[in-house]
Amino acid sequence: MALSVFLRRCCVRGEQELRRHLCSAATARDSDNADIVIAGGGMVGASMACSLAYNDCFADKRIVLLESAPDKGDFKLPERYSNRTCALNPSTATLLSTFGAWQEIEQMRCQPVRRMQVWDSCSDSMIAFSQEDMTEPLAHIVENDVILGAIMRCLRKAPNKVDVRFQASAKAYHIPSVAEDGESTKHPFVRVELQDGQLLDTKLLIGADGAQSGVRSAAKLHSLSWSYRQSAVVATLKLADATDNTVAWQRFLPTGPIAFLPLSDEFSSLVWTTTPDEAKHLLQIPEESFVDAVNDAVWHDRDKNEFADKAIDAVTTFLQNIVPGGTAIRQLPPTVIGVEEKSRASFPLQLVHASHYVRPRVALIGDAAHRLHPLAGQGVNLGFGDVECLTQVLEQAVFSGSDLGSLNHLLTYETERQRHNLPVLATIDGLQRLYSTDFTPVVMLRSIGLSTVNSLTMLKKFIIQRASA
Amino acid sequence: MSYLCRSCREAAVRLSWKFPVCVPGVSQSKVLLNRSECGQRRRLHNLRACHRSQGSGNDRTQALSLTRGISVSSFALRSASDQSAQRPIAQTTIDEEEVNKFSELAELWWDEAGEFEALHSMNEIRVPFIRDALVSQRIQQGGNADFKAAAPLAGLQIVDVGSGGGILSEPLARLGAFVIGVDASEENIKIAQAHVMHEPKVARNVKYIQATVEDLVATEAGKFDAVVASEVVEHVADVATFVGACCQLVKPGGSIFMTTLNKTYLSYVLGVVGAENFLRLVSPGTHDWNKFISPQDLQYILDQNNFSTRLLHGMMYNPFTKRWSWMTNTSINYAIHAVRASDVPPDTSTSTQPDH
Repeated sequence: MALSVFLRRCCVRGEQELRRHLCSAATARDSDNADIVIAGGGMVGASMACSLAYNDCFADKRIVLLESAPDKGDFKLPERYSNRTCALNPSTATLLSTFGAWQEIEQMRCQPVRRMQVWDSCSDSMIAFSQEDMTEPLAHIVENDVILGAIMRCLRKAPNKVDVRFQASAKAYHIPSVAEDGESTKHPFVRVELQDGQLLDTKLLIGADGAQSGVRSAAKLHSLSWSYRQSAVVATLKLADATDNTVAWQRFLPTGPIAFLPLSDEFSSLVWTTTPDEAKHLLQIPEESFVDAVNDAVWHDRDKNEFADKAIDAVTTFLQNIVPGGTAIRQLPPTVIGVEEKSRASFPLQLVHASHYVRPRVALIGDAAHRLHPLAGQGVNLGFGDVECLTQVLEQAVFSGSDLGSLNHLLTYETERQRHNLPVLATIDGLQRLYSTDFTPVVMLRSIGLSTVNSLTMLKKFIIQRASA
Repeated sequence: MSYLCRSCREAAVRLSWKFPVCVPGVSQSKVLLNRSECGQRRRLHNLRACHRSQGSGNDRTQALSLTRGISVSSFALRSASDQSAQRPIAQTTIDEEEVNKFSELAELWWDEAGEFEALHSMNEIRVPFIRDALVSQRIQQGGNADFKAAAPLAGLQIVDVGSGGGILSEPLARLGAFVIGVDASEENIKIAQAHVMHEPKVARNVKYIQATVEDLVATEAGKFDAVVASEVVEHVADVATFVGACCQLVKPGGSIFMTTLNKTYLSYVLGVVGAENFLRLVSPGTHDWNKFISPQDLQYILDQNNFSTRLLHGMMYNPFTKRWSWMTNTSINYAIHAVRASDVPPDTSTSTQPDH
C-alpha cells in the first residue's frame, strides 16, 4: 500500500519532470512559439497572412508576419501615381475580396483593362483581346503600393490577430529536415533566428521573401534560374488627349516588349523591356528625349520585314474567307506627351523556378517559388494563386487534425501549383524567346501564328480564361 | 541483457504494431533498469501470461485476472482514489540521455517519408472517416451541433488502441477529442509521449498509457464515446477477445472504428508479399496473413457484442502517389464503423457519463 502511494508520487513527479524537461528543451533560450511564420511582408506574404487571418479555422493559431521594412502606418493615397504597377486578373480580385482588400483598392484607385492589343514591330501581325460585351474587365491595373496598403489595412482589422513584426528579418533559419554542417538539429520545428537574437519556433514557415529567397536557400530547395540579360524600364507617362483609357498596349521589339498600362484617363504606366545598356541610357537622357524615345519605340517602322508582311496578308485574306469578321480591328496607340518627374526606374529581369516548393514544415509562395518575365503581367497573379491554394490546403489540414507543417498536405499544394505555374512559366519564357529575334523565317512564322490566333475567337476565349484563372 | 523473453517480445511487437528496430533497443536501455524491478517483473509475467492465454484461450480468465493486477485507473479520467493503483507508465527518474534517445526514435516514427509513410498518409482518410462519423452521431443524438470548425470532436473521449508513436492519437486530439492512447510497448508509449510534449496544446488532450485493452476494461468499461483500433486487429492473437474488450469500453450509443486487412488471396499477394518484399512499405515480417480477418467475421464478432455496422469501406493504397483512397472493394484493406446499441444498459455498474 505504502509502496504504491510512493510509486504514484514518483510517477507524478517523474512526468512533471519529463514535461518540464521537454518544455525547457523546446523553449531554450527564451524562444517564442508560433504556428505559422510568414517570412516577407510584400503583396503575396501580406495577403497570405490576411487570407489566414480571415479564416475561422486559424482562429486559435498564432501567426507571425516578418517584414524587414519599417511600419509605415495606415496607407495614405499619394497624389502622384507610383511607377510600380501590377495587372491583377479577375481571380486575384476574387481572392482579395474575400478579406475586403479588393473593396479597399476600388475605393482608392485602380483602372480596368477592357481591351488588350499586342503587335509585332517586325510585321503587321497583331492580336487583340477584349471581353465580348466590354462589361467585365480583363484585368485591373493597380499600383503595388495601393495593393499592399489595402492588404495591410485589412490585416489590421482581421478577426484573428496576426503578429506583424516590422523591421524584423531573419538571420538564420534552422529547418529540421535539412542537415546543417556539424550540428544536427533534433528540434522538431523550424527555428527562426531574428536579427535581434530572438528565437521563434514555428510549425510551418512560409517563404514569401522574393526571388532571392532566404527561406529557399536555407531549406536547400533547388531552383532553376537564368537571367534574361534584359532590364525593365518603368515610368509614369502622360498621354496626349484625355480619352477613355482602358486599353493595355504592348509592342514586341527585337530588344524586348514595350507596354502601356492604363492608370487613369490621362496617365499610363510604362513597362519597357530592353537591353541593360539601353535601359541605362534611357534613365540618363532628359525627359523630352525620353518621351521621344518612347513614342518612337511604339510607332517606328524600322524593323518591318516585307516577306513577313506579305505572308500575313495572304494568310489574313485566306482566314477572312473561312472565319469572316474574326479578326479584331487594329487600333492606334496613344501618343505620349510627357513623363512624370523622377518616375523613371529600371530593374533586371530573370527567370527563377524552384524545383520543389515544399519541404517538411516549409512552403514557398510567390516570387520565392517562381519569378517570370513581366511580358504577360502574370507574375503576381501566380503568387496570389499560391496564396489561395495554400490557404485551402492548410484549412484541410486543420479539418483533419493534421500538423500544419505535415508534408502530406504541403505536397498537395506543390503538385497543384506546379501543375498550374509551370505551363504559364514555359509559355511566357517561350514567347520571350520567340519575339527576341528579327530572323526572317521566325518572324514569318510567329506573325502567321499570331494572325491565326487573332482570327480564332474560340482560342482567344480559351487564352483569356487561362490567363484570368 | 533482456527482461523480455522471446515470446513476450514477439507478443509486444504484435500487440503494439511496432517496428523491429525498437525491440532490441528495449533490452539495452536504461529504461528498465531505472524502474522498480519488482513492478517490472510482475508486469512482464502478466504480459507473458496474457500472451500464453491468448494463444490457448482456456487460460483466458486467469490471465485477465493477472493482468488486472496492474490496473490503469489512475489516469486523468478518474480521480486518483484507487489506492492500490499503480500507474504502468511510472517513471522514477528522468535522465537526459533517455529523453534524447526517445526523441530520436520519435523522429523515426514521425518521419512522414520514412518507415511509417503509409500510416501517416492513411491519416488523410481515416481521420475524416472518424471525424465525420462522430460528428454526425453527435448531431443525430441531439447533441450540440454548434462546434468550432477547428475542434469538431471537443468533449468526446476516445481510446486509440495500439497507438504506437501516436500517429493517429495526435490528429484526433488536435480535433478536440480527449484521447487515451493504449499500447503494450513501453517504448512506444515513451516515444509517443516524447513527441506530443512538443505541442503543449495537443499534449493536454492526450494521455498515453502502457496497457492492453483487457487491462482497461477492468476499470473503464462503458466510458468512451469511441474506440479506435486502426491497423491492430491483424496483429492480435485472439481477435474475438480483443474485439470484445474494445467493445466493452464503448458507452451505449458510442462507436467503434477499425481498419485492418481482409483475409483474401489478394491481400496475401498485395498486402503481405507485395507490401513487405517488393514495395517495402512495411518491414518484412510485419504481417501474418493467418491473422487477417474478413469483414464478415469481424462484423459477426461486433454483432455478438451488440454492435451494428454502419459503414464498411474498402481502402486502397497507391504506391506511386503514396496516397490512400476509398473504394467499394474490401478485399485488401478495409475500414469498419459500428455503433453500440443504446438501449442495452452498460455491463459495468458505472452510471456516470460525461454530459454532452
